[in-house]
Amino acid sequence: MIENSNQIGSDSPVVSSRGAEDIAAICNKYGNDKHRMLDILIEVQDRWRCISPASMDVIASQTDLTRIEVEGVASFYSFLSLTPKGRVTIRLCDDIVDRFCGLEEVATAFEEVLGIKMGQTSNDGAFSLEYTPCIGMCDQAPAAMVNDIVLTRLTPDKARAAAHDLKSGQRPESLISDRFGSFSAHQQALRMVDNNIRHAGEVLLGPVPNDAGLANAVGITPTQIVNTVEDSQLRGCGGAGFTAGRKWRFAASDPAEKHFVLCNADEGEPGTFKDRVLLTERPHLLIEGMTICARAIGAQQGILYLRGEYVYLRDLLEQVLDDRRRRGLLGTDIMGVKRFNFDIRIQMGAGAYVCGEEGALISSCEGLPGEPKTRPPFPVNRGYLGYPTVVNNVETFCHAARILDRGADWFRAMGAEGSHGTKLFSVCGDCLNPGIYELPYGHTVWELLEMVSGQDAAAVQVGGPSGTMIARDSFHRRLTFDDLATGGAIIVFNGQRNILEIVEYYMSFFVHESCGYCTPCRVGNVFLQKAIQKFRQGLANPEDIEYLKDLSGTIIETSRCGLGMTSPNPILSTLQNFPLVYSTMTKPSKNRIRDTFDIQSAIDGARKIAKRRSHIFDRDFTQ
Amino acid sequence: MTDNRRDSSFTFTIDGVEIKAYAGQTIMEAADAAGVYIPRLCDHQGLRHQGSCRVCTVKAGGRSVSACTQPAAPGQGVENETPHLTKMRRDLVEMLFHEGNHLCPICEASGNCELQAMAYRLDMTDATKFPYLEPCRPLDASHPDIALDTNRCISCGRCIRASQDVDGKGVFGYVGRGIHRRVAVNGDKLADTNAEVTDHAISREVCPVGCIIRKRVGFVTPIGEREFDKGLIGHEIEERRT
Amino acid sequence: MTEPAPPELPRARIATASLAGCFGCHMAILDIDERLIELMNLVDVDRSPLTDKKRFTQRCDIGIIEGGCCNEENVHVLHDFRRNCDVLIALGQCAIMGGLPAMRNAIMHSDAPLRECLVEAYISGPYIRNTTHNIPNDPALPLLLDEVYPCSQVVEIDYQIPGCAPSGDIIFDTLGALLSGRFRGFERDMIRFD
Repeated sequence: MIENSNQIGSDSPVVSSRGAEDIAAICNKYGNDKHRMLDILIEVQDRWRCISPASMDVIASQTDLTRIEVEGVASFYSFLSLTPKGRVTIRLCDDIVDRFCGLEEVATAFEEVLGIKMGQTSNDGAFSLEYTPCIGMCDQAPAAMVNDIVLTRLTPDKARAAAHDLKSGQRPESLISDRFGSFSAHQQALRMVDNNIRHAGEVLLGPVPNDAGLANAVGITPTQIVNTVEDSQLRGCGGAGFTAGRKWRFAASDPAEKHFVLCNADEGEPGTFKDRVLLTERPHLLIEGMTICARAIGAQQGILYLRGEYVYLRDLLEQVLDDRRRRGLLGTDIMGVKRFNFDIRIQMGAGAYVCGEEGALISSCEGLPGEPKTRPPFPVNRGYLGYPTVVNNVETFCHAARILDRGADWFRAMGAEGSHGTKLFSVCGDCLNPGIYELPYGHTVWELLEMVSGQDAAAVQVGGPSGTMIARDSFHRRLTFDDLATGGAIIVFNGQRNILEIVEYYMSFFVHESCGYCTPCRVGNVFLQKAIQKFRQGLANPEDIEYLKDLSGTIIETSRCGLGMTSPNPILSTLQNFPLVYSTMTKPSKNRIRDTFDIQSAIDGARKIAKRRSHIFDRDFTQ
Repeated sequence: MTDNRRDSSFTFTIDGVEIKAYAGQTIMEAADAAGVYIPRLCDHQGLRHQGSCRVCTVKAGGRSVSACTQPAAPGQGVENETPHLTKMRRDLVEMLFHEGNHLCPICEASGNCELQAMAYRLDMTDATKFPYLEPCRPLDASHPDIALDTNRCISCGRCIRASQDVDGKGVFGYVGRGIHRRVAVNGDKLADTNAEVTDHAISREVCPVGCIIRKRVGFVTPIGEREFDKGLIGHEIEERRT
Repeated sequence: MTEPAPPELPRARIATASLAGCFGCHMAILDIDERLIELMNLVDVDRSPLTDKKRFTQRCDIGIIEGGCCNEENVHVLHDFRRNCDVLIALGQCAIMGGLPAMRNAIMHSDAPLRECLVEAYISGPYIRNTTHNIPNDPALPLLLDEVYPCSQVVEIDYQIPGCAPSGDIIFDTLGALLSGRFRGFERDMIRFD
């Protein structure tokens, strides 16, 4: 292992004292704190492009852990690797929307020029080529990450050109512009990724004054802040929809000596990219919201958990934090208020959808594998490092800041009963105008489809794979928490799309992203995926429809966290709304003999070894 | 402490039977004490609760929860041995059988195996609907006194907790994610670790299946005279019931 | 214990076959001991190694299968049983889940697992003394399948009797209950996978 990594470059982490020193220095930088394990591993990965057993030994001894504990973290996250990756790692976004936009041709173009297949690393250690689940660019698919650089709207020609440039030694950022380094962080982000704001609403994407909410918040008591947020009836915008004010109240009322504010910017639900736009265009509003929450619950530290796929926004966000520290909006005595101390660090993720789950996100911030925590206790009582913690979505914090500015009544007056205010919808798929729409809750799916010019839709996936797929007969339904809840993802599919292909993709996504902690989610989703494959191959029996429902029920009922409780939704919602898609693919078995067993493929290997045909199953074995 | 606990005692019901519990006790702890058996695989006497196998799923106040981690609540009605829950549990046990390579006829743990015994208790005898995953998993016989056949591992993590918390060693840990998540050792192979055959983590009671094997003592007790040949899993707890 | 079926029932017709098994389950049928006489009062045995009948003479009520499918002939026989029997019973662990033969499904590490298995078994294995260095390939040998399949993956199976081998008691009780239409599952203390 250690010897192998030598092939990659001169700076491989050999057991030489220098390699060990360098790794120890990285650990030192994070105070040899095991809770910063993810930061340490990401840095080691970036520098040596792998986390070798030798480096795990060093990290383990620096952080006072066992190597198996380090390995447990290193082997959990998709962006970390125990075997060497290329100096340039190209990650093609493998979302279903990308697939429908020509992903395969783009992948082939990369493969041809780089001379490696998807999933491989070139022998000289220059390139790795791999697929990764949704990177939040579905409105400009197909997209790819090239190290920390994002390429969007790829075509085979663009892919070939990029691959040639990289092969000739160009740095990834020069694929965007030769003068990339001279741009501001905001310009850099926009050069790579379009915002695609199609409709700006009153709360978030319209004109927003600077820190007006925070200014109001420092003038009232923490309890009054919580009351205001509670009165607004703001609900979490990440998908689950828990009342934000109640969460804040629970955390605030816990007498623990420390409290924490965590922002969930791990927007991983396929088809969701609303937080990407807020992080790009409203980062100050987000930090303002977190700061207000800190005052409300008495927190001095916050963490912004940024998904690994959004690493291109890290510099921008670090600059925003620095800027606010300089202006006295973060740090000590914020806005001149004595003992109002609060600061934020950015925690990078490393490719794990499950970290969008509250407990898993906390685990990840603590330097652990991104596994959800046992509930109870709930994070508001025992969260990050065991202290009361509020975890809210990016959009939720932004809303909270605006509510403190304009008041609870203003916010509550918008939207629908039980679903107040506005919501960012990220629309993608088969429509003319994919992008971000900030709309009050309560619009019908039809109204939204008219806005996005997607009236040809045959199916709409509301809320991403863990949400619901509806057919045209349900387009009158409303986008509210009580009718069609969504964290923001709206994926439009026209009549040409194969529903079962979409469902199979979503199941493979959940199989890939299950943390594996609990049995039903770890194993059951694999079974569901295999069952759907059976339908796609036309080998399913009518009884298999019952099997799908039955197995889905078991997974939903016995899973430990939201991932497993929603992972069968692609199947259940299509079974309900597109029953013909399934029933037309089934046929009863003949003579009760299973169609799934294929004797021809089962004996094919033996035929070749024995160099003869079957006396039983080959009609003419004289050939 | 003890007095406080006594003060804070309350009752709830499992399948209609009144159970006494103390504040902070899980449903399973209270049930065990009262002689009501709730099936479980990842939970084990003296180890931290993990709540990962989900075999102990019960309905408490209408919600499905793992009995080993869910605190008992005063007055709550808990469902345990309903046909519905038994079916869910059977599905879970069957998933574990199909996830690994479990060949009871050749396994040294047969008759002492909790997975197998749970299948007996839950009547796992119908023709299966689940596919076999047949993973390719390593066998580690490097250690002079211990062998690991990870084909039989059900990822219950009891050895991990026993080694960490009881032995203070940390010989085992989880690596990987999703269906690839598995128990691994702290080193390239077991012989590189400080594991000893006298460790609690290695003892027969900790590994519920035949993954952790103590060398040279196999088949000392013949098949047919082993723990679950004599009684249904959970009978010891059920015998406590007065 | 199950009561023997009332004598007025019409005699049932049963058939048995041993596929990829060790014949131990058939021997276990003999473990019914003197109750065999009781059983024989209830049934006629059609195709079976016990009667040495190689073909079905007529449709059977119950087919009993020992062993899984490791070669094409096993599949052929199993198909034949499914077509000719109303109720099909998988008897013993090999029929139920592949059993010992299925160990080869998981111990393969190459791109050509079947070849790897045969080479290991006949040529390169440490305990092999095969002076011809050939893998047996008589034309009469049925072709092996890529894997060993439990019966339920090849045809629909109605009942399974667990055990390796199942006890005479569980076989007798289950057959008795099935013949009289009173089968409601096994007594828990009879279920064994070993």
